[in-house]
Amino acid sequence: MIITLNHYLLLAAMLFCIGLYAALAKKNAISILMGIELMLNACIINLVAFNRFMAPDMVVGHVFGIFVIALAAAEVAVGLALVLTVYRDLLSVNIDDFNWLKW
Amino acid sequence: MDYTLLVPEIFVASLACLLLILGLIAPKGEKRGLVLFAIVGIIASIVVVAAHFNMFDGFLGRMYLVDSYASYFKVLFLVSVLLVCLTTTSYFKPLAGEGSEAYAIMLFATLGMMILVSAGELITLYVGMELMTISFYILTANLAGEDARSSEAGLKYLILGAVSSAVMLYGFTLLYGVTGTTLIHQIALHSDSSPAFWLGVVFALSGFGFKVAMVPFHMWAPEIYEGAPPPVTIFLAVASKAAGFAVFVRVFLTAFPYHADHWVPIIAFLAAITMILGNLAAIPQQNIKRMLAYSSIAQAGYLLVGLVAANQLGVKGILFYTMIYVFANVGAFAVTIVFNNVSESDDIADYSGLAQRSPLLAATLLICMLSMAGIPPLAGFAGKFYLFSAVIDQGFLWLAIIGLVMSMISVYYYLSVARVMYLGQVTDYSAIKVNGSMKLLLYGCMILSIILGVYPDALAQIANTAAKFMF
Repeated sequence: MIITLNHYLLLAAMLFCIGLYAALAKKNAISILMGIELMLNACIINLVAFNRFMAPDMVVGHVFGIFVIALAAAEVAVGLALVLTVYRDLLSVNIDDFNWLKW
Repeated sequence: MDYTLLVPEIFVASLACLLLILGLIAPKGEKRGLVLFAIVGIIASIVVVAAHFNMFDGFLGRMYLVDSYASYFKVLFLVSVLLVCLTTTSYFKPLAGEGSEAYAIMLFATLGMMILVSAGELITLYVGMELMTISFYILTANLAGEDARSSEAGLKYLILGAVSSAVMLYGFTLLYGVTGTTLIHQIALHSDSSPAFWLGVVFALSGFGFKVAMVPFHMWAPEIYEGAPPPVTIFLAVASKAAGFAVFVRVFLTAFPYHADHWVPIIAFLAAITMILGNLAAIPQQNIKRMLAYSSIAQAGYLLVGLVAANQLGVKGILFYTMIYVFANVGAFAVTIVFNNVSESDDIADYSGLAQRSPLLAATLLICMLSMAGIPPLAGFAGKFYLFSAVIDQGFLWLAIIGLVMSMISVYYYLSVARVMYLGQVTDYSAIKVNGSMKLLLYGCMILSIILGVYPDALAQIANTAAKFMF
């Protein structure tokens, strides 16, 4: 079987949907952050696949992908730090317990 | 390549780094001086940006654009960070005492906005937007350890913001895949009408919609505005929203101009429900911050009207309105900061008799709110006039009518606060002290809200020059 662009896009779309589901349905803040990582990884697969199949002579997609990896790392670092501070304040990482503010 | 064009960005970046270092080496009691340092630096960068105002140039094949449109917004961001720094002098206790990092992070957020508004391609845009929002996550949670609401708001903002930016990024990857380029002006040339392209447009729309708190992506705004430290709330409500609009307008008018027939009705519909929902939800609010948060959602609806017009007049309206929106909102939120310092309450009922306790606070809140409502001699009226007249020219009379009706409804909830302040029973006769820099800020916001309403021409001319670069 030859692997075409559509296979990669399908993989990315599935990964994105799994990540979105995790971000929306999970109760644990850490799991939500993992879901967000999956969504960003789906974007990277998309970028690299498009670069390979649509415009192989330019590396714009690869460069974009590297930027996304770096920014995702920054985001998750801040995210984990915030989970820690929330844990210190509320002694929980379950988002159902975050009810100081009306949601 | 002319690196002098990047001087404002380099300047702000070095100022932020310098503040971080100074915060470490300054002795404990001397950290208040850092505010002054930040303020002087910000004023210098406003001068530098203003000097670049009439320039038009792009870097690396228009990856990074320095034009009047970008310079206008850069001045706006710097003015709002300046005003926010002034408000911190009377509020930000954790900032002034322990760490000066918050000033540095605010400047990094400003840098992100400046990059965002100058971005001519999607990678730069994404990096700028992330620099802005990640800085805001940290700022929102700045009171962690003292106020659990702050860290909770920070985490909520991070989760929602990260999901929305991931969705937006997925849209960008689709746009890149369909057009084979990330340059915004090239996307317009290579765009087609494939489903993937439209999916990209809709995902980008939702990402920008989240940043500007457009219905149905507005749910985060009231919670985060209430939980964040008040100066950060101001910064978020004013500068982050303006940055969102700056990039929203640039991307939609530069990258998708040939599909305007399709996206304009969608945005017209979203603008209408944003105005309706924002204003109606503001009426029952008991907490003044939540009320101002819903009113700022409604303001986003008015601003979207300018994007519906999709012409130079509409963009001019957006530019003009964002600037006066800065002064009106900073003034109103600053009053809530001072009041909260004294009474530790944000309930509208507690504002009873404020006019006797501090005429300045009551007058500023009244004038800023009436400006937001669009009462004639004030700046908000001129702004709404530009926005609605632009959209009527394009044949969206119904949208302008909805806007006018909703403005009238907004007068109701603004004036009910005024009624409490001026006619409410005085229970506490103690005068409220306002410190010097706060006074300067309150007078400044009040006077500018009046002057820009009586003589809107000067600012409107500048906005017009800046709007020309979009077409």
